[in-house]
Amino acid sequence: MALSGISRVIDKIKFGLLSPDEIRKMSATRIITADTYDDDGLPLASGLMDQKLGTIEPGQKCTTCGNRVGQCLGHFGHIELARPVVHVGFAKLLLKLLRSICPECSRLLLSEDQFEDFKKRKEQQVRVFENVSDVLIQNIFKTARKTKQCPYCGAERKKITIEKPTTYYEEVGLDQPRRLYPDDIRERLEKMNDADCRLLEINPEATRPEWMILTVLPIPPVCVRPSITLDSGIRSEDDLTHKLVDVIRINARLRENIEAGAPQLIVEDLWELLQYHITTFFNNEVSGIPPARHRSGRALRTLTQRLKGKEGRFRSNLSGKRVDFSARTVISPNPHISINEVGVPEIIAKILTVPNHVTEWNIEDMKQLIINGPDKHPGANYIIRTDSRRIDLRYVKDRSIIADTVEPGYIVERHLKNKDLVLFNRQPSLHRMSIMAHEVRIMTGKTFQLALLVCTPYNADFDGDEMNLHVPQSEEARAEAQFLLKVQEHILSPRYGGPIIGGVHDFISLAYIFTRKSSLFDKNTTYQLLEWGNVFQRNPEFKLSDLKPETTDPEPLYSGKAIFSTILPKDLNMQLKSNFCQKCKDGCKEEDCEFDAYVNIVNGELISGVLDEKTYGAGKPTTILLRITKDYGPDAARKFLDDSASMLLYFIMHHALTMGLDEVDITSIMPKINEVMAKANQQCDTYIKAFYENDEETMPCAPGRTYKETLELRIREVLNKARDEAGKIGAIQLGDSAHSVIMTKSGARGNPLNLTQMAACVGQQAVRGDRIHRGFSDRTLPHFKVHDLTARARGFVESSYRKGLDPIEFFFHAMGGREGLVDTAVRTSSSGYMQRRLVNALQDMVVQNDGTVRTSTDNIIQFVYGDDRVDPAKSDHGEAVNVKNIFLKAKNMYEYFHYEKEVQERKFQRLEEEGKLTKEIKKQQDLIENYEPVFDAEVKFPKKTEPKSSKKKTEKKKTVSKKASEKAKKMTSTKKESERLEKEETESKYTDEYFHKLYNEETGKTAIWRGSLTQIFLKWLEKKKEELGVK
Amino acid sequence: MVKEKPKVDILLHEITPKHKILTKEETEELLKKYSIKLLNLPRIFSDDPVVEMIGARYGDVIKIIRKSDTTVKEVESYRFVMKGKRVR
Repeated sequence: MALSGISRVIDKIKFGLLSPDEIRKMSATRIITADTYDDDGLPLASGLMDQKLGTIEPGQKCTTCGNRVGQCLGHFGHIELARPVVHVGFAKLLLKLLRSICPECSRLLLSEDQFEDFKKRKEQQVRVFENVSDVLIQNIFKTARKTKQCPYCGAERKKITIEKPTTYYEEVGLDQPRRLYPDDIRERLEKMNDADCRLLEINPEATRPEWMILTVLPIPPVCVRPSITLDSGIRSEDDLTHKLVDVIRINARLRENIEAGAPQLIVEDLWELLQYHITTFFNNEVSGIPPARHRSGRALRTLTQRLKGKEGRFRSNLSGKRVDFSARTVISPNPHISINEVGVPEIIAKILTVPNHVTEWNIEDMKQLIINGPDKHPGANYIIRTDSRRIDLRYVKDRSIIADTVEPGYIVERHLKNKDLVLFNRQPSLHRMSIMAHEVRIMTGKTFQLALLVCTPYNADFDGDEMNLHVPQSEEARAEAQFLLKVQEHILSPRYGGPIIGGVHDFISLAYIFTRKSSLFDKNTTYQLLEWGNVFQRNPEFKLSDLKPETTDPEPLYSGKAIFSTILPKDLNMQLKSNFCQKCKDGCKEEDCEFDAYVNIVNGELISGVLDEKTYGAGKPTTILLRITKDYGPDAARKFLDDSASMLLYFIMHHALTMGLDEVDITSIMPKINEVMAKANQQCDTYIKAFYENDEETMPCAPGRTYKETLELRIREVLNKARDEAGKIGAIQLGDSAHSVIMTKSGARGNPLNLTQMAACVGQQAVRGDRIHRGFSDRTLPHFKVHDLTARARGFVESSYRKGLDPIEFFFHAMGGREGLVDTAVRTSSSGYMQRRLVNALQDMVVQNDGTVRTSTDNIIQFVYGDDRVDPAKSDHGEAVNVKNIFLKAKNMYEYFHYEKEVQERKFQRLEEEGKLTKEIKKQQDLIENYEPVFDAEVKFPKKTEPKSSKKKTEKKKTVSKKASEKAKKMTSTKKESERLEKEETESKYTDEYFHKLYNEETGKTAIWRGSLTQIFLKWLEKKKEELGVK
Repeated sequence: MVKEKPKVDILLHEITPKHKILTKEETEELLKKYSIKLLNLPRIFSDDPVVEMIGARYGDVIKIIRKSDTTVKEVESYRFVMKGKRVR
């Protein structure tokens, strides 16, 4: 849709109330009959379904405008009310108005002076703020309410009360309060003068106050309240229609009674009933009256209910529109595709379409698509001709004929095909990585397929998760998706300047095994791994001989490190410490580390160290991926991710990690663990004994706690210690080679505590952070004595998961487990609400080009975004510049140059030996040999110390200024500077604050009183300054 | 009971940032720099303790220099003094 159709621009919008005349004027017909249809099922004239109100039946014409269903927007009707009725929506305002106007002359109860004063204040606000504050209007009402006597006619103001929702009373003297009927109120409001209205911010031209009392009720068009015909042929009317039937019926009865001269009481009752029906027609949830109900007992959904809340018009239909060109299905993993891709089932691809413009260059392809039609995959569903007529290919008999008529300018809505860009989304969409662009890959099956590495940003797993897919329809949208939304552009999270994508689970544990020193591969396997890592694809010249084998005897074996190095960028240099680092106190042994924890990558070669969660995992700031993304761009990062994952995948398929019951079997050292437990129980018993005997020597009271709390604290300490100890004993038995241990140590999944719980001891169960203490009076279960404080009676589980829990332990474990479940349920719902409020508050804030953060109305929220204008996504962990890295990079560049030179020289040598040295290559050789890199100067590189930018500068200066003369010059200059600094220092010492403090110390008085300097202080200051000789 | 004003100079407290009232020229320059109206600035009540201390009045613009939460720098911010709830 083009924007060319705009002919008028909205200048302003005026809000006001409909006057009775306006309602009559816009009405198509007056509604008299309460019935809807006659016996033949035709709408009754002047009934609620009158054809003049528009039509909902296909084929019928609207009698007012002559259009059919789609075209006719519907027309309002009206009811003449027998007696006026209050509009609930204005009940509060009416009360305020009634209270602030004179009961006799209807003037606003303000003296002329007050009136003028308010008027002036209003004008001033309009001048400054361009609108009037609500507070001021409230003030006007408040002031008017305080006036006792009308300053114009002298009438006394009477107290007016309201009985919710719409009944008003006036208190006259000590008598029973007099009821104010809607027509009384209307009469008063009619008399209100225009100037008074204007002061109350009511524009009398658009809104006369008496219009808040209804005398005519507009009837919404039929299409607002369509009736539904059920299969059985029975008509079911809309809630609004039901309500209107009631209104009309009571209105008619009221009129009849009035005309028949019925007693006052009956008329009033009917009037009250009419008020009720009209009130509930507007809002069926008004407090003070029972909601109108269906025959079934369900409350009616009337006008207010249609708009309000999550299922209301605004949140459900306007903010939450359903869209075309979208699909949703279950997701499943596919480790073979790139992180940039998504597998789309063919069935879906045949429904989703992309509009393609036919040009001279693609006309043949387009014709083929049309011939394939809607049922064969790379086909098309629609053609849009140059006269913008749409042809549905499903109903075309011979598509080849249509294909021949196609010419440039046509639009073909073709099926989704490979390489198309689509948006992929998983709810809840909590951050911007929840919607990313993927390239389509048409696949068999009925699920969307995605790479395992993108599960992290979507927070997806495959236990039945569903995801949505949207197809961009315009070039602009596609361009945006291509350059801003692709997965590779979202490797770095804006939450912290690190990668959010990275290895998960098996990729981590297997990366560790793969890069261990002990992993060696023969020639065949190496070829396989290289092939899976796309090494030959990326570098066709690559030969296995480029890889240095670890041993050659009896056959060449290649290390995992060397093989992994083939997918690293050639000039990558970095040093890291992996998860296995023990943080040795006597300094890092670096490459000689016995845990192989020092990861050293030199010129794209993994020399030492193993890969694990810290260096390869998702969401970690230390990964290799961070450096690759920052230094080589998202494209290289994506390739690294895809290739490494693919290479590891081959390895995973042959070296899967698994775990069985026997792995956590530590029966042989169970006696040792039992010993520990017995000791812990003993310790607990002594503490409990001390508690009952108030023996502060054995168990001193902890500071800030009662003795009971102290006991709990001590027991928890003892038991946790016992559990950890049991875990340690268990860990010895498990060893380092158990698969579960590899998983935890490499950081793939699980933690040491999980292993302890499985093998040795589950430990203390807690509810709300305390040992379990609830249940029966003073005991947890009837199995224990009252006031039993021992470990077992308070939820300590001595068994391991492998051994199994006894019934009592099991019960306590269930108690603790339930709390965890409740917590997660509560957390998700409350965090969802928080997110909604945050988004609503922040959605229109923009960081402008000048670095300010402003709202859509140009209000400044922050003068400099984040105080430093740094985009966290592009920062290095929050720092704008990582100085250490820059130095490292410079150093590496220098080193890499020489490395590359060597490599080239070797290449030339080889060529020379082979006699393939052509003239052109020789020229290249000369160029390289004579090239002097600019950075080949005497630059000292800092060693490891955290460099501070200011320090660095001075250091640099020193290295540059070598000449003696320069030095001398500098000396003098620095001398001068130091003198100046000294002076400044002494001067800066005498700040205002300093004097304020001094004054306070000497006299005990404060220098500033009520926001200004005191006279006494100023006099003192003069004296003091003279004493000190300061200006 | 009427609360007496505390006799402490809050400006001397270490966590009170520096406050300064802008002159008319400075204010104009500021508005020009950001091409905004006075009311687009963040606001501060005229009965805010600091505002009363430095003697700023309704309509003034205050410059606040405070330590940044996120960076090492000191950051400048501006506030438009609006009428406080307590009418003076």
